[in-house]
Amino acid sequence: MSVSTEEKNKCSGAEALMRCLLAEGTELIFGYPGGAIMPIYDALYDYPELEHVLSRHEQGAIHAAQGYARSSGRTGVVFATSGPGATNLITGIADAMIDSTALVCITGQVSSKLLGTDAFQEIDIISISMPVTKWNYQVTDVTELPEILAKAFYIASSGRPGPVLIDITKDAQFALADFEYKKCNSLRSYRPVPNVSQEAIDRAAEIINNAKKPFLIFGQGILLAKAEAELRNLLEKTGIPSAWTILGLSALDSDHPLNMGMLGMHGNYAPNIMTNECDVLIAVGMRFDDRVTGDLKRYAKQAKVIHLDIDPAEIDKNVKTEVAVLGDAKETLQRLSAKLDANVHFDWISQFHELEKIEESKVKNKDLYPTEGPITMAEVIRMVNEKTGGDAIVVTDVGQHQMVTCRYAKFKQTKSKITSGGLGTMGFCLPAAIGAKLGAPERTVIAVIGDGGFQMTIQELGTLFQTKAAVKILILNNEFLGMVRQWQELFFDRRYAYTEMQNPDFVRIASGYGIEGSTVKEREKLSDALDGMLNYPGSYLLEVMVGKEDNVFPMVPTGASVSEIKLGPE
Amino acid sequence: MSKRYYTLSVFTENKIGLLNRITAMFTRQHINIESIAASESEIDGIHRYTIVVFEDKNAVQKLVKQIEKQVEVLKAFHHEEEETVFQEIALYKLPSKTMNKAGFMEELIRNHNVRLLSVEEAFMVLEKTGQRHETQALLNYLQPYGLLEFVRSGRVAVTKPMATLESYL
Repeated sequence: MSVSTEEKNKCSGAEALMRCLLAEGTELIFGYPGGAIMPIYDALYDYPELEHVLSRHEQGAIHAAQGYARSSGRTGVVFATSGPGATNLITGIADAMIDSTALVCITGQVSSKLLGTDAFQEIDIISISMPVTKWNYQVTDVTELPEILAKAFYIASSGRPGPVLIDITKDAQFALADFEYKKCNSLRSYRPVPNVSQEAIDRAAEIINNAKKPFLIFGQGILLAKAEAELRNLLEKTGIPSAWTILGLSALDSDHPLNMGMLGMHGNYAPNIMTNECDVLIAVGMRFDDRVTGDLKRYAKQAKVIHLDIDPAEIDKNVKTEVAVLGDAKETLQRLSAKLDANVHFDWISQFHELEKIEESKVKNKDLYPTEGPITMAEVIRMVNEKTGGDAIVVTDVGQHQMVTCRYAKFKQTKSKITSGGLGTMGFCLPAAIGAKLGAPERTVIAVIGDGGFQMTIQELGTLFQTKAAVKILILNNEFLGMVRQWQELFFDRRYAYTEMQNPDFVRIASGYGIEGSTVKEREKLSDALDGMLNYPGSYLLEVMVGKEDNVFPMVPTGASVSEIKLGPE
Repeated sequence: MSKRYYTLSVFTENKIGLLNRITAMFTRQHINIESIAASESEIDGIHRYTIVVFEDKNAVQKLVKQIEKQVEVLKAFHHEEEETVFQEIALYKLPSKTMNKAGFMEELIRNHNVRLLSVEEAFMVLEKTGQRHETQALLNYLQPYGLLEFVRSGRVAVTKPMATLESYL
């Protein structure tokens, strides 16, 4: 019996998915197989050009995809099965949503005739993921699949990026249909990039040109818009000092003279104080998170606020603006810069430097150059800076080590800092670092992790072992859940409720996965230990024993104003 | 800020689960939905939700932005009472024998302007369209007569400002 040409062109939903991924330029998938996604994995077996990284838990797969997306600027792709496979993705999806990371998550689902029957491994992942996805969709009809995948990639990566979840029933994976793929580049209900208003640009420019004490703060919007050069040009033309949120870190060279440092709860002294001293506050691609603003009632009230953002829902959400400039930061910064007068602000900037000197003498010097006592987290990061020259990608987990790393790590290149900012997901670092390395294989990737967060996704050492990605794991071990302990010390009368950790031998665990490692406790051996880690050809785990009860300062306590930033516990 | 009634008009694609996505915005902002009605709109394939909330203006403005941010929402508006023309419909089921009470039907027809939708041996169904206080007044009037069932729809509203939906697309 002869097969007609028409039938020859038909392919299964599972194979159609592979062809969609190839059409979107996907090279790497992070995932974990299971019953309801088996037809997709079976199709993947025939597509060696689509590389697959097998994680050890679906949460590991999605954090790896996030790290990949953020180091490469591409859309991360994740596969997971139905039921627990899908629910295990939720933390990563929520993390990607709040940190605006482009992901396309494909979940297998039970056959459409079993939907709603409490079938084995059936879960309503569409409803569960709805509040944490930019968009989601359940495919039960194979003929819809190419169009839905095209929409998924378009929505995930355009405008303010975010995670998209596509749930595909098992029968739709098996069913045959004609395959035709058309990339999606518009939807009538979706306006990813608002039109830039020249009037808003002009009004913003007038205010900035008349400012005596302008201050620019920026976030991840710069990285997402690839607007690093436009930011630098605007700053250099106008001489305006700037500061960053932790997701905006590495968008501007750490040593740039107009880079005044980090905003927020554990940020630098000068940028926090000056937020309440400036006359014009220009916020670009950031969302005034509570960890950045402190008490909103006492945040930049003296200043005219100009907010540049791609997302209209961010305007006036937390801070009332004088002028909102909607649009992609690359375009808005360029057009704004064209209207701004060249300027210098020597006196104004010298006030930042005065405050910086105070922070240096009260906090930084003893953090960075201690001469006695246990090793500090800060001196480890200082040595890493010296040894990498600021060229490494630094991934962190969540907690004290994260804040210290953000404060002290130096960066020369963009897309060099990857951290879970909005959600604060412990366990993010190790898998994200694996993904980051796979997304930027030519770069050194250092995973700075606390002893607590490391154990939340420690199983991903298996993924590291199998992929042979060279990740330098730097555990800053204080044998405590350090940030919670710090709060217990400062705000809960030193009642250390369940924050002290009895840890395993991390080096032996790594060794079980074929990963070299060592531990260092003494200051005089730290430099050699870091050299050993960085020069080792391949992955390496270095555990640094740091002070058990060190605190991160400066600190804006919860509910305080940014100008009440404290330099120490007194 | 003081709370008022606001009517939200949300125009969307007609997709499974979208109502969930919209109502989740209310849950998240801790805003109660007073009433909700869904139907098609004047444009083929575009659905319209009419949602009434009792909130302060600031909260409503933020809510509307979050709703409009959803990929399959075309446009969301919020209007104060005086910017809309709105109506609700209510149905009342009563024992048929009530009809025989002296003056009862005349009161309903002359003063409440009801429509009689159905009369069967055991029961009859009355319909009243109007604003909340009107359907409520009739409900209060009928309560003593052995009301069997009562149901009231969500508000449907059109806006007084003349911009058309098409001009936003």
